[in-house]
Amino acid sequence: MGKYIVRRLLQMIPVILGATFLIYAMVFALPGDPTAGKCGERPCPPAYVAKFREEHNLNDPLLVQYGKYLGKLAQGDLGTSFYGIPVKEELAKRYVTTGKLALMAVAWETLIGIFAGVLAGIRKGKFIDNLVLVSTLLVISIPVFVIGATLQMFLGVRMGLFPVTVSSQATFYELLLPSFVLASASVAYIARLTRANMVENLRADYVRTAIAKGLTRRRAVGLHTLRNSLIPVVTYIGVDIGALLGGAIVTERIFNIQGVGGFLFRSIGARDGVAVVGTVTALVVVYLFANLLVDLLYGVLDPRISHD
Amino acid sequence: MTTTESSSVAATRGEARRQATADSVYKPKDGLLLEVDDLFVEFHTDDGVAKAINGVSFDLYQGETLAILGESGSGKSVTAQAVMGILDMPPARITGGQVRYCGQDLLTMPDEQRRKTRGPEISMVFQDALSSLNPVFPVGWQIAEMFRQHRGMNKSDAFERAIKLMQRVQIPAAKERVKAYPHQFSGGMRQRIMIAMAIALDPAVLIADEPTTALDVTVQAQIMGLLQELQEERQMGLILITHDLGVVADVADKIAVMYAGRIVERADVYDLYRQPAHPYTKGLLESIPRLDLKGQNLAAIGGLPPNLMRIPPGCAFNPRCRYAQPLCTQDRPELREVLPSREAACHFSEEVLNG
Amino acid sequence: MTEATTIAVGQETHVAEASEGGARSLASDAWRQLKKNPIFWVSVVLIAIFVLMAAVPQLFTSTDPTEAVLKDARMRPNADAWFGRDIQGYDIYARTIYGARASILVGVFTTLGTVILGSALGIIAGFSGGWADTLVSRITDIFLAIPLLLGGILFMATFPNNADSPYIVVVLKVVLALTILGWPSLTRLMRSSVMQVKPNDYVQAARALGASPWRIIRSHILPNAMAPVIVVATINLGVYISVEATLSFLGIGLTPPAISWGVSISDALVALRTTPHILLFPSLFLSLTVLAFIMLGDAVRDAFDPKTR
Repeated sequence: MGKYIVRRLLQMIPVILGATFLIYAMVFALPGDPTAGKCGERPCPPAYVAKFREEHNLNDPLLVQYGKYLGKLAQGDLGTSFYGIPVKEELAKRYVTTGKLALMAVAWETLIGIFAGVLAGIRKGKFIDNLVLVSTLLVISIPVFVIGATLQMFLGVRMGLFPVTVSSQATFYELLLPSFVLASASVAYIARLTRANMVENLRADYVRTAIAKGLTRRRAVGLHTLRNSLIPVVTYIGVDIGALLGGAIVTERIFNIQGVGGFLFRSIGARDGVAVVGTVTALVVVYLFANLLVDLLYGVLDPRISHD
Repeated sequence: MTTTESSSVAATRGEARRQATADSVYKPKDGLLLEVDDLFVEFHTDDGVAKAINGVSFDLYQGETLAILGESGSGKSVTAQAVMGILDMPPARITGGQVRYCGQDLLTMPDEQRRKTRGPEISMVFQDALSSLNPVFPVGWQIAEMFRQHRGMNKSDAFERAIKLMQRVQIPAAKERVKAYPHQFSGGMRQRIMIAMAIALDPAVLIADEPTTALDVTVQAQIMGLLQELQEERQMGLILITHDLGVVADVADKIAVMYAGRIVERADVYDLYRQPAHPYTKGLLESIPRLDLKGQNLAAIGGLPPNLMRIPPGCAFNPRCRYAQPLCTQDRPELREVLPSREAACHFSEEVLNG
Repeated sequence: MTEATTIAVGQETHVAEASEGGARSLASDAWRQLKKNPIFWVSVVLIAIFVLMAAVPQLFTSTDPTEAVLKDARMRPNADAWFGRDIQGYDIYARTIYGARASILVGVFTTLGTVILGSALGIIAGFSGGWADTLVSRITDIFLAIPLLLGGILFMATFPNNADSPYIVVVLKVVLALTILGWPSLTRLMRSSVMQVKPNDYVQAARALGASPWRIIRSHILPNAMAPVIVVATINLGVYISVEATLSFLGIGLTPPAISWGVSISDALVALRTTPHILLFPSLFLSLTVLAFIMLGDAVRDAFDPKTR
């Protein structure tokens, strides 16, 4: 197991390097003036442009630029945002909020998604199964910002059940609705995935054995079938963290949440390249670590997978 | 040995078992454990109705081994699953007949009562132990589950019993391997674990559905030996389902040959081998290579088994039968006594017997 | 002994049952299954309508979508304007019809791009193995590390649109962004498909007979490895349309004066509190399009995978 983790961590290094380079190149190396818009409507004074280019090593060849950036990154320096605040500080503060949001979204996925999927799976072809299939399909088809804005409108504004926006404290109650919106598509995917696995596993030979052993149906389904059906679901939830972090941009915008997504969106609007690269890099690294964690968990959940 | 003889022997042998299951509410009468009576099973699919079992009857006594022989699609596994109560319904549907265990009809029994017969009374070993064991639980845990579900035993006691059972079925280093997972065992060892699980609660009837088909030839013999040993030790009634005549020869007392969902011949194992009374059985026997007939062509049965959605009228075997006459395409032969304690479902059994 | 008995008795009951007029191939069996599936037909009809809408919107409406009647702004659905008018007085029905084009273009072109790029790289990696496989797989890993929406946002932010960017340029930019980020999943899928097909006897036989690699790929590997790619690509088409709308919502995809469902929805959100009908129609059309492609993909998958029946 220890060896496997080390190997995986080593494999992750080129991926992180590649991904950060890609992001860096996209923001800094491509045509377009990185100082555009920084000085209001007019172009920036040449002195400012020169200082900016010097500061960010923009006069060096791309690889050298990137190398220097990486050197700073290795020391934990993500650069300074347009407002003169270190990106790292800004992110550290905002990651707490986005982290809460994402964790609550994962909780929604797990609770509702798995419950609906199991229910549909064991009642295959019945009313509840069709209900789950149709409603999940609808949720997947409707863009998340439409779902978000509509729920905000009806549950928040009209019925006053939930706060419409989220304060900088981002309390549990305030995040209930936004996290549900963020999770909505994933809830649907997980319900469908759980259902498909339940249906397939209910036909498995070992479930027939469980029945032949005289186990109650509750135990044969709730333990033997479910335990096996959840392995791919757990994997999906892990991989989905990447989608949640990306999706947080939309959700945080709808509910005006002061999280990483909101910061990223603001930075893009302000053409703040340093902040954008830093934020996306941080998101990608978190995503990659989540994937590693899932792979390790997979080995624990499924004894057939060996990490030796 | 005739049928009546074997059953009376079984009845005396059965005393030992009756002792072991004194707490059971099911008491076999004169050693008679299981009576399958005119059973019908259909499968309703998108493409139509497949008549999988069309009137199957047989009895099983304590200490007796009944082999059910047939090719795939003959209904032998479906029969076993119907007896066990593990048919998927739907698509399967039991449209007629009774399955009586110690005189009580299992088919009309309340679900919960029937569930409690699975394991302590009737138990089953499947063909493919790798897929039949749950991949994510240790084998010891899966054996122990029998004691925990049916006997309400605590975890450590149940594990103790599981280790003893694993030792009984000759799994080396059982104590160390009790926490291992199914994929960590060889095919033969996995089948031993299946068997240990099936005999855990001392069932009166053990059904083994192609228990050795997935195994190497040398391992096959060991597993059959183990089954026979356990059966004699516990005086179980054993139903052995197979498509392989070679497997049953040494082990079975009686053989029922199935074709297209019906029993076409039923006999004592030696009588059947010596002198088959149904053309299908005869064909099966002739297709076994024999050393003394080296150099001759192997006789195979021509044609294919019938489509269960369109079983030919008359005798289902008539399109492949070398004895077939016009009568066979119109009139379905019923199972009848062709010799003392020998039954066959063929209009021309006498001719088959004589030539 | 065992073996001979088995052979003589014959195990092929089910095959025997199925062979009415010769063996059925997987593809024709799948098609037979598809024809019976009403969901397949519903999705095909929906997709046909939306594609037609994108190609010739004039067939569906004679109203000019750029004609704003400011005094009638926010009007509810009526006989004159079937879907009502939006906050700037545009006819919502006309704008919804004309909005199909952007979504369909983005969906179709991105799918084409990802399938071509993804399959080509997947085949190279899966078929040749060795260093080519390693290289492609590592590059795939790098691209997969960047979530689709996140990367799309980054790309569109790097190449921002001006108010005078031509429509088709913006559409192609979105297509490019989604293609760059979308191909790796298809490459992975194709690679594993090819690796599953490759060891089969008929491929090895063709190889032994001296068929060229290109011929083996074209006539043996592709037909057998393509099914899962088609299924995923179809479902992805819906996803791309959804992402395109999301980029519009964030203000970095298509922007006014371009007409698209994403733009309409984004505009409508401002007025959601008072006039929800403005949001309803473009959202409905967008969702129906996404739904149709997902259902089509599902139906095709079910037809190819007998287990799910």
